[in-house]
Formats: sequence, C-alpha cells, structure tokens
Amino acid sequence: MFTVLLAIGILVVLSLIFGGILGYAKVRFHVEGDPIVDQIDALLPQTQCGQCGHPGCRPYAEAISNGEAINHCPPGGQATIQALADLLDVEAIPLDGDHGTETAQRVAVIREDECIGCTKCIQACPVDAILGAAKQMHTVIADECTGCDLCVEPCPVDCIDMVDVGITAKNWSWDKPQGVAAQSLNIIATDRSTEVSQ
Amino acid sequence: MALLRITSPHTQRAGRRTSWVMQMVIYATLPGIIVQTWLFGWGTVINLAIAGVAALLSEAAILAMRRRPIRFFLQDYSALLTAVLLGIALPPTVPWWVTVTAVSFAIVFAKQIYGGLGNNPFNPAMVGYAIVLVSFPVPMSQWLGVSSVVASGEMLSFSQSLQAIFHQLPVIDSYTMATPLDGFKHKELLDSQSAFETLPALQAASIDSWLWVNLAYLMGGLALLWLRIITWHTPAALLGALLVMSGLFYVFDTSNAASPFFHLTTGAAMFGAFFIATDPVSSCTSNRGKLIYGAGIGILIYIIRTWGGYPDGVAFGVLLMNFAAPLIDYYTQPRTYGHKKAKTGLKIGGDH
Amino acid sequence: MQTAQVFSFHGGIHPEENKTQSLQLPLGKPSLPKELILPLSQHIGQASVPLVAIGDQVLKGAPIAANNGLLSSHLHAPTSGTITAIESRPIAHPSGLSDLCIVLQPDGKETWTELKPLPNWQQLDATEVISHLADMGIVGMGGAGFPTQVKLQGAHKKPLSHFIINAAECEPYITSDDTLIREKTRELVLGIELFQHLVQAEQVTIGIEDNKPTAIAALNKTLTECNSKIQLVVVPTKYPSGGERQLIQLLTGQEVPSGQYPADIGILCQNVGTCVAGYEAVYLGKPLISRITTLTGKALNAPQNVDVLLGTPVAHLLAYADLQEKQLNRLIIGGPMMGYTLDSAAVPIVKTTNCILAANKKELPAPAPEQACIRCGMCEQACPASLLPQQLLWFSKSQELEKAEHYNLFDCIECGACSYVCPSSIPLVQYYRHTKSSIRDAREAAVKSDLAKQRFEARKARQDAEAAEKEAKRLARQQASASKAVQTKKTAPATKTTEKSALNASNSEAAPQINDTTKKLKVDVAIGKSKLKKLQKQLVEAQEDERLEDISALQLHVSEQEKALVELETELAKAVKANPTKKPSDTPDNSVEKAKAPANDALKKAKIDAAIAKAAVKKVEKALKKAEELQAPEVDAIRQQLADAKKRADELEKVLDNPSPSTPPTEQKPAVSAAQLDLASQVKKEKIAVALAKAKINKLNKRLASSPEDAETVSKDIEAAQQQLVQAESLLATLIESQHNSQETS
Repeated sequence: MFTVLLAIGILVVLSLIFGGILGYAKVRFHVEGDPIVDQIDALLPQTQCGQCGHPGCRPYAEAISNGEAINHCPPGGQATIQALADLLDVEAIPLDGDHGTETAQRVAVIREDECIGCTKCIQACPVDAILGAAKQMHTVIADECTGCDLCVEPCPVDCIDMVDVGITAKNWSWDKPQGVAAQSLNIIATDRSTEVSQ
Repeated sequence: MALLRITSPHTQRAGRRTSWVMQMVIYATLPGIIVQTWLFGWGTVINLAIAGVAALLSEAAILAMRRRPIRFFLQDYSALLTAVLLGIALPPTVPWWVTVTAVSFAIVFAKQIYGGLGNNPFNPAMVGYAIVLVSFPVPMSQWLGVSSVVASGEMLSFSQSLQAIFHQLPVIDSYTMATPLDGFKHKELLDSQSAFETLPALQAASIDSWLWVNLAYLMGGLALLWLRIITWHTPAALLGALLVMSGLFYVFDTSNAASPFFHLTTGAAMFGAFFIATDPVSSCTSNRGKLIYGAGIGILIYIIRTWGGYPDGVAFGVLLMNFAAPLIDYYTQPRTYGHKKAKTGLKIGGDH
Repeated sequence: MQTAQVFSFHGGIHPEENKTQSLQLPLGKPSLPKELILPLSQHIGQASVPLVAIGDQVLKGAPIAANNGLLSSHLHAPTSGTITAIESRPIAHPSGLSDLCIVLQPDGKETWTELKPLPNWQQLDATEVISHLADMGIVGMGGAGFPTQVKLQGAHKKPLSHFIINAAECEPYITSDDTLIREKTRELVLGIELFQHLVQAEQVTIGIEDNKPTAIAALNKTLTECNSKIQLVVVPTKYPSGGERQLIQLLTGQEVPSGQYPADIGILCQNVGTCVAGYEAVYLGKPLISRITTLTGKALNAPQNVDVLLGTPVAHLLAYADLQEKQLNRLIIGGPMMGYTLDSAAVPIVKTTNCILAANKKELPAPAPEQACIRCGMCEQACPASLLPQQLLWFSKSQELEKAEHYNLFDCIECGACSYVCPSSIPLVQYYRHTKSSIRDAREAAVKSDLAKQRFEARKARQDAEAAEKEAKRLARQQASASKAVQTKKTAPATKTTEKSALNASNSEAAPQINDTTKKLKVDVAIGKSKLKKLQKQLVEAQEDERLEDISALQLHVSEQEKALVELETELAKAVKANPTKKPSDTPDNSVEKAKAPANDALKKAKIDAAIAKAAVKKVEKALKKAEELQAPEVDAIRQQLADAKKRADELEKVLDNPSPSTPPTEQKPAVSAAQLDLASQVKKEKIAVALAKAKINKLNKRLASSPEDAETVSKDIEAAQQQLVQAESLLATLIESQHNSQETS
C-alpha cells in the first residue's frame, strides 16, 4: 500500500515540477506571433484590384483566415498561392479562372488628349495613383500603378489602356536552367506540378 | 547564323564528368579487390558480379517506374559504384540472395526513393549493408580465413565459391573463421596479451592478411586524393580520431584494449575512411564540416568496436554521422570573402 | 625596386590560357565601317541623353550625348560624319535585346573637333581634372564600365592606402590589356601618375599576371627610365586574379567587406585601359572614342588585337580578322569564363568590349547535359569567394531565396569557376544569376506592394473620415431640423435684421472710413455667399434624401438668404461708387460675376461635349470599319449612328463657335443663370448617357466580332442599346434646343 502511495506521490511531485517548468517556459519564451491575417496580407500582392471579390487585399486576407479558398488572386498568381499554401499548410491549388487569369505586370496609361477630366478613374483607383482634377487632364503615376484594371471600366471615353511593362535590357534576367534530364520532365505529371508551384 | 546562346562560362574542365569520378572511385578499389581475392578466394569477385547486375537492374527498374531516362542515369556509374562498395563489404561466401537484398535495398530505398543520385541523405551502400547485417546475422558473420590458418589449410576454389554462394557448401565451416576484430571482441575473459597469443583469429597470419587488405585500400585512397576526387579532411579526421581513441584507451588500459595499429589495420578502417566516409552526397560539405564528420565516424567506430554489439562499426558509424551531417553543415559554413565571421545555422541577418 | 609580398586567395582555377593566338599579329587598325552604332548606355548607371538630332553633321571627338545624372557618362563621335538615326538597335547584352543607339555615318574625312587638353593639370584642383575626365566620357574599361569620375570622387571618402592598377587580365584568350601595355607603356605610366596625382595614395601598385613577360619587361624598363615610384607586382597566373576583389586580396591581403567598395577600405582599383584613356583625355584632350579589343577564336583566320573605334559593328571586325563563317559556332563578347554570347554580329563595340571570341564547335563544345549534383565539393574548392556553391545551387533550385541570401549569394562574383570544375555540368552561374534577379525582383515587389498598401490604407482612412463627417453632419441636421421647423420663421428675420443693422451701422459711419465699410461689406457679402452655398447644398441633399418638410423650410431659407445677399451687394455697389478711387477690377460686381461664371462653365461644357461627341464619332467610325470588314448586318445601323453622332458633334461645334455672350448684361438675374446651369447639367447628364450608350454599343459590337456564336443575343442587346441611344439623343436634342432658346433669350 505504501509503495502505491509513494508512487502516486512521486508522480504528483514530478508533474508539479514539470508543469512548473512548462509554465515558466511559456512565459519566458513567449513569442508574440503575427496575427494570421497580417501574415496573409503580407503575402498578397497589394494591387487592391478586387478581382477576388473583396474590396482590397486585406479583406481577402481576412476572408482567407475565415476559410475562403486561396486561389482567388490573379495578380499574385501561382507564386502567391504557393506562398499562402506554405503559410497555411494547405495544398497549393491552381488559380481559380473565374476570378481572372494571371497576366504579366501591367500599368495603366491614359491617352491624355482624349481625357475629358471626368475624375471617374481617380475615384476608382484604389491606390490614388491617378493625378488630375475635374475638367483637367488626368495622368497615371506609373510607379504607383498596381495594374489593377479598375480604372478602365469607369472611363466614359475609353481612353485608358493597360500596357505591359515590357522587358528591357535593364530589367532582363536569365531564365532558370531546366534542371537534370530536362528532356524527360514534360512527361511526368508530378514534376509538372512542382515546376508550376515554384 | 544559328549561334549558340548560353550563359557563361563557356568552357569546362575537360573530361572530369560525374561518370568519370564514379569510374575512378571504382578503379581505386581494384588493389583492394585484388588483395581480397588473393587472400579470400573468388567469392569477392562473384559477389561483385552479382551486386553489379542487381544494382543495374534495380536502378533501371525504378527509373522506368519513375519515368526517367534510364540510359542517361545508368551512365553516371553511381549504381555500379554502390554495388562495388557493397560487394567488397559483404563476406566472400555470403549467399547470393543476401547480396541481392542488400544491393536492391540500397538502390531502391536508400537512393531512388529519395529522388535518386544526389538526394540520398544516407550512404546507400551502408544502408544496404546494415539491413542485411541486422536481418541475416549468421551468413554475414562468416568470413573466410586465409589458407594458412583455417582448419582445411587451403582456399576455396572458384567452383566451391560459386557453390557456397548459390547452394550450400556443407564444408564451409572449415574454411571460415572469425575476423581479427570478431575474435578480439569475443575474447571473453582473456586479457589482450593472452588473446593475441591464443585466439586463432588474432594470429599473425590472420592479422597480416587484414593489414594487406587495408594497405591496398589505403593505396587506392591515396590515388583518389592525388586525383583530387576526395579531399584529405574526412579520411584524416576519421583515422586520426580512431588513432586517438584507441591510443588513449590503450595507454590507460593496456591489458584489455588493442593497440592503435591493430585498430587502424584491421576490419574496414581504411576502406571506410577512403571509400565509404568520403561519399560526397551524404557527408558534410565544408572542409571544417568534413573534419568533424570524419572524426565523429572515427570515434563511433571505436565505440562500436569496443562496446557495441558488432565487431566492426564503419557502417553504423557512417550512418549515424549521416544523420548529423546537415546539422554540422549549418555550423561549419566557411567564412565568405568580405565577411568578418562565418555564418552559422540559418539565422537570417546574423552576420557581424 | 623591392619585391612586394604577394598574398593568395581561396580557390581559383587554371583554365587553358589560349592567349598566344591573338599575339601573333601586330596591333591592327581596321578601316572605317559604313556606319557606327553608339548605344546610349555603354556604362553602369543612367543612359546618356543625345545632344544631336538626325541629320546633324558632327566632327570627330565632338560630344553627341551628355550624362544624365550623377552616375552616367558623356559620349563622343568616334569620327566625323552625319547622324543618320537615333533608334533602337541590338546592343551587346546577354539578353540580345535592343536599346537606343545613335547611328553615325562616317564621311571618311576624320576631321577632328578642337581638342582641349589640360596641360597645366598639376596646378589645377583635383575636382577640375576629374570633371574634365567626365567630359571626355572616361569609364572603367575593365568590364563593368563604372564612370571614372564617380570612382575617383568616391576615392576621396577615406585616405587611400593603395592605388592598384589592374593589369592581371586573367581571362583566357583576352590579350587586349597585354597589347595596350606593350604599345602604350609610357602613356600608361603617365596616366597612372595622373590618377595618382588626383587621389594621392600612399602606394601605387600595378598587378600583373606572370604570363605576360613582354609586357612586364616593357613596364619595368619604362618605370626605371621614369624613375617612378610605381611598384610592379607580378602575381601567379590563376583565374580569377583579375577580379577587383581578388586582386586587392592578392596585393594587399585585405578583403573588401561584403556589400562595400574598395574605397571603403582605402583602396582604389583602375584598369590599365582606363589609365591610358585618362592620359589621352588630359594630355591630348582626346575623348574616349576608341579602344583596343582582342579578336580571337578558331573561327578567325587572323586572330589579333585591333585599335577600334567605338560603335564599329562586330561583323566588320570579324570580316577584318578573316572569319570563316562555317566554322563559327559561338560568338562571345568578353572571355570564355565571364563573357556572354551574341545572337547577331550587328552589335557594336562599346567602351567595355575587351574581346570578341569567335569560337568553333570543337573549341567551345556545347555543354554536356546537366546531371545531378553529387555534392563533390569541387566547386567549393574552386570558389574564390569561399562560398558553398552546392548549397546555393540547392537553394536556387528550390527557390529558397532567404536561405540563398543567408548563404551569401550576393557575394558571388559570377566568375564561373564553379561551373568550370563541376563534374555534373551544372550551369551554376545561371542558377545564381536567376536567383539573384529573383531576389531583387522580390525586394522590388515587396517595396511596391508596401507602398500600394500604404496608399490604399491612406485612401481608405480618408474615405472613412469623409463618410464619418457626412454622417455626423446628417445627424446634426436631423437634430437641427426638429427644432428648425419651429424656429425657421423666427431666426430668418432675426438674421436679416442683424444684417440690416450691421448695414445701417456701417452706413452711419463717417465717410472717410468708407474703405472700411466697403471691406466690411465685402466680407459680409462673402459670408452671405458662403451661407447661401451651404444652404443650397443642404437643399440639394434634402432633395436627394426626399425630406419634404426640410426642403420647404430650406427653400424659404435660401430665398431669404439670396434676398439678403442681393441687398448686401447693392449696398456694396453703392459703397464702391462712393469710393471711386478703388479700381474697378478690385470691386468685382457680383451679379456680373455670377452671370459670367455660368457662361464660362457653359463654354467649357460645350467644349467637353464636343470632345465627347468627337470621341463618339471616332468610335462609331471605328465600329463601322470593323463592321464593314466583317460585313456585319448592322453596318447600316452603325452608319446611321455615325451620321447622328457627326450631326451632334457639328451641333456642338456650332454651339462652341457661337458661344453665349461672354459678358451678359448686368441686369441678368441669377435665377436665369441658375436655370441655365440646371439645363446645362441636364444636357451634360444626357450627353454622358448618350456617350455611355454608344460605348456600350461599341463594346457589344466588339463582342459580336470576337464571339460570333452569341451573335443573336448580342445583336439583340445592340438593338436595345441603340433604342436607348435614340431616346437619349432625342431627349438631348430637345434639351439642347431649350438651352439655345434660353441662351438667346438671355
């Protein structure tokens, strides 16, 4: 009987000690985690284009943290989906075509002689990248433009073009080499998906 | 004018391809194979043949299943090298199915499952060896003795070797004996000196035969060093650690420990130091890392030989250090040009 | 001369040198090509700005492009001739892309412009000499083309301990520096002394590899003759000892800290070519218009070094060195280790082109297919920066950018030693280049997205604040309206009386203070106006919100306020009359102003309407064209539309041509103009509706063109939209008519 009591007693004491250590560790080594919404928001491309169906990137980040699919962001494309999948530890899925397709980086350009100064695009621009006043010609600050497309639709005279940011000698870069036995890669389904996800 | 457009550099060191490296390592084992065959009969050669065929077949099969170009990958000779290393390491009379199991396990599970050449975290040959050592301890512990010390007084002929490997050779027991390490391990209550005097496995002829084998592999290893296929760091650290460990214990406990010379010249000491531990894929990368890695293997070999359950410890020592290799790599990055201190770990921004 | 200590650097390789081929023939001087192509970006930094126009005649050595910003360079005409084009041409760049170039057609006369040497440079301030070097377009000729003036100015950051002249030329095949030293030894020494004068280093060292015995002997001889303090240090041949950082380590034992420049540790490095160019610029006044370039490779029958004008097309030089077209397999600018391949031989020689390597297939065979990395560590042994190339490859393959950066990817100098020794033929350098640019892109994208986020959030905050303000106002109004309903009648007369009393008070004041009264009156008028405006706004809001009781009350309020304002204005007018010293312009007649403003507005609007109409006409014309091309059935409809649109545009133009009297009579009542304003805004709305309807039709037409399968539904939509359009247009027409009438009556 005594042995049993002793065993129980020892276990109790041990559990108290280890519980204490764990409790101390929690306080001592506490890490202030980024709220998940901030982390998701940081991965989104911040074009604020609304193609995901939310009025901006942060609302979509909130929606993702509440369980919305991670593949509704065309500007971010597959890279963003992969990053989100890594962060949330879910499977990377292909981009949802309903929300648009991944395009090259673009920038809005106003054909200035046709602009009537209606300010409609200024109101539509989510990042205040269009400069102008009522009845004055407007122009896009190319450096601030996220290429979100939102100014094209409201223009009553259709004078806004989305122009691809082309490749010049200054921003050109080498492609990634094809890797080992590249000639055989196109037949392996699993390899294809990993190639895409990179 | 259809001109080639590729990235620099536009020239490469001629001839030194991966397949060349693998071939050179295989050639470097030749002196050891010859000495082994001379001392222990044709069993080693037959084993090598079985292992080679098994390795190429299992590699081809798995490549076909993974839908990789078979020819392209077989030409890198890496499967053949694994087979050669295993064929050397297995006892000369081991049944053929042990060899096949070891080799196919090494190729399929230790190498291809991880993604093939370059991606295996463990030395495939040693994984194969360890698997059969644990699974089939009896055939794995039967090592042939040199003719002068075995009961029969002669060596197995080629046909006898074949018989031993493919059927059963009833008289095999009269040809086999414990290796010096095995003998020393099972000296039971004898002290070292009387063990060396009495045990058949520890007689001069037996010990000398292993000395010859080790010298042959040392020669091959030096050739690899000369060809700059391996660097001196891993073998030197391994042998150095083994020397230091055995020396220390020999000095403090002369009656129960064997001499450093004995440890360095029996078993797979040289073979392990120059051919197994230097496998680049599963070992450390930086020079400092190689030193730590080699020393770790040396220490583990001594520990396993002296206090472990197996007579030799190269396989387990290498495998255990394979586990540690990434960690060692994290903490032994070289100091890059223009940096005051080497970086360690994966801490971002720890460069001051 | 004491022998200096030579240190060593980690790694390095010994590729076949292949330097003798191009040293067999003496320095060649190719003929003038048909045209010289001069890229505006021959250096690191901003592209130069052209100073010439197409058709201009330029003299040899005359500036044709100026520097654009601090990190940029000037460009000079390599010979006399005519500028035939300033256009995009393929340039010497690994991408094979084109960039803006000035094209010069030589006249063959080689007429020099007036040269301006600086004979008294020793007496001049260093900055003056440096700016002269900048004017002469001197850039680093070793490889990167770093503007020399920037480098020299940077060297003043810290007292210089070493001034190193890079004559190592470690790349295989290249012998241009070797030739330069042999040909222009004295010029080189004078150039070095010139630079030394500018930077005042403690020690001047020339670093040269031991595979150039002739050049070393020539230098030794000249240095002894000149009794120069310059030290000549011969380093063992090992690639890449000519890398700036490696040469510094070889000669001083010091390492340039990661991410910093040699100037940060008191060291300046200059290429021999740059020193000679500096000599020519200062002693002779010659700008940088030519350089020595090696032509080599087995596809050339006469490999040699040539003194070539900048802008000479590579093809011209290849022909000069007797190219065997069939042999040519790979055309490289630079050496085999760090050079880049060219797609076409049309690209020109620039300030940094030190070698053209025309290789045949045997000489530089195509790389073997990439095999798996077996982590053999040969790359690590060869890396001059002590990196772990195999780890970097791993991270590059999996695009683990953070880890790659942590393993010091950015300390990679892309020398190619790792790829050279790799037994698996892995294009390591390409992996690193790709990963480096990925990291840079990611950084840029992060900055951009941060900025976008900030702007988005600022905008949201602003909008929220506006909304909150509106809401607060609405609430206040709601509260006020309850009490207002009772109080309106009381307060309105009250304000009136106060105003009147104020007026009376101002009237009763003495005449000399008449200025004050006018001022006060003006202030009162302004206040009254703003009150009126506010009330009008409130009224509009109330109308929008359909709060009937408020509307009537507010209307009352507004009319009262207007009355008060008119009174005030008449008062003001009187006061102004009473004070004739005032300039008329300073006393704006408010009623006139009021009338004028809408007239101007109307004019503007008319202009805008005309613009919209014109745009519409254009669009319809486009649609018509498309429809005609497609032979669509609605061609007629669109034609009709076009006619309508044109008509409307004409009408609008007419309106524009005969604008309503710009200065309407002063008697014109504000109510009339208000009515006009109202009408105008209605017209505008209707016009926009018309424009939108047209745009819609246009879009539908486009859709029709692109997807013929939904032709039926789309064409139905088009019909509906056209009907809308017709309605809108008829409405518009009546509106415009009434507008005309009202304008005529006014």
